[in-house]
Amino acid sequence: MPGITREEVAHLARLARLELKAEELDHFAGQLDDIIGAVARVAEVADRDVPPTSHPLPLTNVMRADEVRPSLTPEQALSCAPAQEQQRFKVPQILGED
Amino acid sequence: MTVTTDLVSYEDALASYDPVMGLEVHVELGTRTKMFCGCSTELGAEPNSQTCPTCLGLPGSLPVVNAVGVESAIKIGLALHCEIAEWCRFARKNYFYPDMPKNFQTSQYDEPIAFNGYLDVQLEDGEVFRVEIERAHMEEDTGKSTHVGGATGRIHGASHSLLDYNRAGIPLIEIVTKPIVGAGDRAPEVAKAYVAELRELIRALGVSEARMEMGQMRCDVNLSLMPKGSETFGTRSETKNVNSLRSVERAVRFEVQRHAAVLGDGGTIVQETRHFHEDDGTTTSGRVKEEAEDYRYFPEPDLVPVAPSREWVEELRAALPELPRVRRNRLREEWGISEHDMQSILNAGAIDPIVATIEAGADPVSARKWWMGELARNANESGRSLDELPITPEQVARVTALVVDGSLNDKLARQVIEGVLAGEGDPDAVVEKRGLKVVSDEGALGVAVDEAIAGNAAIADKIRGGKVAAVGALVGAVMKATRGQADAARVKELILEKLGVSEG
Repeated sequence: MPGITREEVAHLARLARLELKAEELDHFAGQLDDIIGAVARVAEVADRDVPPTSHPLPLTNVMRADEVRPSLTPEQALSCAPAQEQQRFKVPQILGED
Repeated sequence: MTVTTDLVSYEDALASYDPVMGLEVHVELGTRTKMFCGCSTELGAEPNSQTCPTCLGLPGSLPVVNAVGVESAIKIGLALHCEIAEWCRFARKNYFYPDMPKNFQTSQYDEPIAFNGYLDVQLEDGEVFRVEIERAHMEEDTGKSTHVGGATGRIHGASHSLLDYNRAGIPLIEIVTKPIVGAGDRAPEVAKAYVAELRELIRALGVSEARMEMGQMRCDVNLSLMPKGSETFGTRSETKNVNSLRSVERAVRFEVQRHAAVLGDGGTIVQETRHFHEDDGTTTSGRVKEEAEDYRYFPEPDLVPVAPSREWVEELRAALPELPRVRRNRLREEWGISEHDMQSILNAGAIDPIVATIEAGADPVSARKWWMGELARNANESGRSLDELPITPEQVARVTALVVDGSLNDKLARQVIEGVLAGEGDPDAVVEKRGLKVVSDEGALGVAVDEAIAGNAAIADKIRGGKVAAVGALVGAVMKATRGQADAARVKELILEKLGVSEG
């Protein structure tokens, strides 16, 4: 299978908002390649009769009744916010100036 | 930010191109709690008072799906004639944006709970157009942003933004159509009729009030043009958050004209999101994306699969209410009215009030007359919907009963309605307080009739001479003398009797 390229790592880093140095891109490309290669071995044993699994427990339909439960107070909810204003989470400018 | 957009006339655009539409509608469910946690969904709460570790995305919290949310999704799927998945999962849609504190939206990706359906919509002239449904899936709403420092709350030019997460996690069902082709010049009308019909359907199912003006139902409009005769779709634009029926129609129309102008000039359509402007009905380009969206969907590991049993699905199917279009056609036949009249009643939001008034004992003709006349006018003038008027169908039915038994005539009945709307109490209380009773005291009426005849001798002679039609003038005189409180039919009888003339 094709290896993970430097460009792909840069793309992922960007999507994950991670700032990586040039040498890190190379470093992680190799590591990610190894990890994906290892995980890909699952495909060797998976067959049509093995359903894809996204959860280790053989459970379905775990649901709760539509009943209101206590929420946090606004003070509690905002207690870890780096900044707040008008009882709301304050976040930096979303769109950069063009 | 003034952008002038070249347009060609709608007729010219349609002469050369066929529009293809794709409509994505988000419906906020009316559940008591959020989709994945027990926080209340009540509107109007103080900011950030309905949040918890799960909907704030705090470490260590775990979601559990709302059973009513799943049930509502299945009901919507069934009403749209969809297949219901035997087994499906949630997926994480990853993106960084402050409206979603988890940095992903819990949604469904390649395993929607409902798929492959259709909705028949009826156009104003009665033509039925079938809109194919691709899928309906479950997801959650985002928080509400307030942009500070820019002009009129716009994100452009804002210095910072404020987030209220009360809405984050409220259940949403996203309903996606297959490409709608073949609507031709009726594309805007089909789009509007589809969203209107979907709204009726959602309300009939009782899963949401689907009030577009409150953001409980929102529409994204995808549109492309292909040259007439071609079967290859053109590049599409996606106009986001078109939030009224009228806007849906206008957005489609505008995009048809804009695309045609670009293509006609030999240009190419940029695949982009666009914003719709309510004020002038135009769209403008959204932010140009630096790269294609890459949400890296993967199955949500914190939620187990949803596998609705066939018994449950069949139970829900059996309990589906009569679908709105079927109900409308049934009522239309029962009431003996035209497609056009029914459409007006639907547009006025008067179907349910009229049905309730008939159920409360009124005859269909009177029930329609009041709701589509006096009450519709009052609602219009006061900027309210019919169901917001301070009068109940039972009260309207009582007024019609008073008309039928002769204690009120139409003119007095209007005053009674006016009194009820003004908060003066029940119809009977208004009749009492305002002294609105038809004068049925034959003695008093007789005097008024005699006076009218004496005061209009020439007309009386005409009537004696056989011109019975002239009686109207005398009836008018009596009505005037009794300040409208006489039963006009009885007055006419009395006059003819006294003049020794019989009708017909």
